Amino acid sequence: MGEATLEPLEGVGPAEVPEVELYHATSWWTKYVFSQDAKVIAVQYSGTALAAGFVALVLSWLMRLQLGFPESLSIIDQNQYYQVITMHGMIMVVYLLTALLLGGFGNYLIPLMVGARDMVFPYMNMLSYWVYLLAVLVLMASFFVPGGPTGAGWTLYPPQAILSGTPGHEYGIILMLVSLIIFIIGFTMGGLNYVVTVLQGRARGMTMMRLPLTVWGIFTASVMALLAFPALFVGAVMLLFDRLLGTSFFMPAIVEMGQQRDYSGGSPILFQHMFWFFGHPEVYIVALPAFGIVSDLIATHARRNIFGYRMMVWAILIIGFLSFVVWAHHMYVSGMHPYFGFFFATTTLIIAVPTAIKVYNWVLTLWRGDIHLTVPMLFALGFIVTFVNGGLTGLFLGNAVVDVPLSDTMFVVAHFHMVMGVAPILVIFGAIYHWYPKVTGRMPDEALGKFHFWVTFIGSYLIFFPLHYLGLMGVPRRYYAMGQMDAIPLSTGELNQVVSVAAFVVGFAQLVFVFNMVWSLRNGTPAGGNPWHATTLEWQTPETPPGHGNWGKELPVVYRWAYDYSVPGAPEDFLPQNQPPVAGAARSAEP
Amino acid sequence: MTIILVLVATLATIALWWLSQQRLAAKPWLESGPGDSFPESGAGRVPAAKVGLGVFLAVVSALFALFASAYSMRMHMASDWRSPPLPWLLWPNTGVLFLSSAAMVWAQAAARRGQAESLRAGLLIGGASAVLFLLGQVVACRQLAAAGFYAAANPANAFFYLLTALHGLHLMGGLVALGRTGARVWRGAPARQMTLSVDLCGAYWHFLLLVWLAVFALLLHG
Repeated sequence: MGEATLEPLEGVGPAEVPEVELYHATSWWTKYVFSQDAKVIAVQYSGTALAAGFVALVLSWLMRLQLGFPESLSIIDQNQYYQVITMHGMIMVVYLLTALLLGGFGNYLIPLMVGARDMVFPYMNMLSYWVYLLAVLVLMASFFVPGGPTGAGWTLYPPQAILSGTPGHEYGIILMLVSLIIFIIGFTMGGLNYVVTVLQGRARGMTMMRLPLTVWGIFTASVMALLAFPALFVGAVMLLFDRLLGTSFFMPAIVEMGQQRDYSGGSPILFQHMFWFFGHPEVYIVALPAFGIVSDLIATHARRNIFGYRMMVWAILIIGFLSFVVWAHHMYVSGMHPYFGFFFATTTLIIAVPTAIKVYNWVLTLWRGDIHLTVPMLFALGFIVTFVNGGLTGLFLGNAVVDVPLSDTMFVVAHFHMVMGVAPILVIFGAIYHWYPKVTGRMPDEALGKFHFWVTFIGSYLIFFPLHYLGLMGVPRRYYAMGQMDAIPLSTGELNQVVSVAAFVVGFAQLVFVFNMVWSLRNGTPAGGNPWHATTLEWQTPETPPGHGNWGKELPVVYRWAYDYSVPGAPEDFLPQNQPPVAGAARSAEP
Repeated sequence: MTIILVLVATLATIALWWLSQQRLAAKPWLESGPGDSFPESGAGRVPAAKVGLGVFLAVVSALFALFASAYSMRMHMASDWRSPPLPWLLWPNTGVLFLSSAAMVWAQAAARRGQAESLRAGLLIGGASAVLFLLGQVVACRQLAAAGFYAAANPANAFFYLLTALHGLHLMGGLVALGRTGARVWRGAPARQMTLSVDLCGAYWHFLLLVWLAVFALLLHG
């Protein structure tokens, strides 16, 4: 048996973490609406983010209707097409993925997984949600202002973003920028909570190296977001100045509709630097929580300790750091010194190393595991495949010379949808099915869940796999209609129809998910405290759903890491983190 | 982007130092020993509010570093950069902000020693001089505008307004926190119990003084 090599500690009282005074809600309003309980805030965040996501889903339908059937169905015109792609992109990336993974899962899981009663700053945590909601409302308001939402593309590149050729240049762009600024303020409030709670709120015995990888992922992503979102803030504020006050931060001297504008000397490239200094870390802000969550799903549902836990932690940290020095690979076609291109291509490709380590470790965790093909596991497996797929095309696009011809084609659309659209969404669904029993106390319906998985998984491949081929054939992205373009074979039109039909089917399948979530609230089989026989602390709460303060009278004490599955000699195939040492049950020291 | 990259490198170094304390090379799967020999979590020593403020200051640093990056990049990207003559008022303003920070040092010391009178005086002078600084900044901006250096005329002017406003907004946020602390002191909270709150306000004040010095240097340099 591996002897514990740690010296006994002196002077550590029974409660190393000082008990915090909890805010006790007294009325219905402060309990369920203006709640300071992280679990309620998590549900609020998730509900709002998913609602915004459904708006974006409908927008993607409009897009696919246009792309699949450009002649026969003209539901949207050119301008609306641009508005639709812009809003779809921005909502999905920022208001759905970021908000759901950090605000939703972060709020629910961090306090429970580290063994805290709540976030360290509950009041600020509550504010964070309401500020986020305000940001969503401001963004949605842009659908109803004269001129509609902005059609500048989700990257909002100036000069076109604020010139009159772009739809929504009157009010839409202003609301978009204001909404982003509000979002960033709200996120900062939440992000401080996520980071400081992990740093300060851990239960006795919960060292950093005993944290579940979910917490590592959310923690690292929060740190990154706190440093990356200011770049978007700077870009948004300065673009707002250019639009409202006529400054020339980003706007060069330009002729608009035959009229010389007052702008001069500004640099659109400067905006791109600001945008992508945020934009690239953003990819990993979404990916790292997904990496962490999927590690826990795989370990739990394959009854295996995660392979290479230390490597997994290091890989998360290395990815987090590297993601700050790759941003200009989004700007190869903007033109740059060849040595810069070389530098950014190199750093981009280096990220493949820690990422690949993670993929190998997931696969090795599954190897000879006792794989239960539950709904969360299916989604986790779907994630691994999809992420590998999207990651491989990233190797193409990371090379400056390969990126130049592929840039602005459907290949890029296929790549980033695979890697940061479908892959994180699969994890999100898996995570929702996995933690739903803890949140509600009831199991979601398994048959409906499996149906949802298969339609979503196969459907997503039907949508995004063909886009790679379309891109290689030269089909450009951002085009409202191809018309009679000699460079592109007619058959691409048929492929586009297939993609569109698949998109409708996948979209409708999400209603099954919504139905399942609502129906199981009342009709699901009661889950009990720990239906998956998981080791992590959130499954060991005295009540399910966890009550106010999470832990009843006594905070949990942590005796082991988060992955003691199938330990030889143990009475059951899992040992919860708060389970005191069991005689005879221990892993042998690995060579 | 050099400035922000230097900041990121600095923060990464701090993070690395902290991580080096977290036994990243531990083998947690071998660690379930007898009940009394598990490691500490390493959390809980420093008050959470202090750590929270530290993280927040890192975020604000990133924000200003990014603005400084944008400032220096925009300056060299086109030949239209014309720095405005800085209003002379900025110099006495800087002095007032120094005074404000010094008063906070005094308040911090008074809180630690439990001297209620000095604490009140320190907070009052600190807060009042911060308000004076803000008023001075507004006047300075109006002087610049009155001299015809509008934001739209040149990016250098625009950056002047943007950076002073942003710094001012952060100071106003600090005044809210200071006001809450002051209210508790005036309602009779024992000075010693206010040590943490006053320390947090003080740290924020000194930080904003440093930020202002950096902004001022940037404006002078441009």
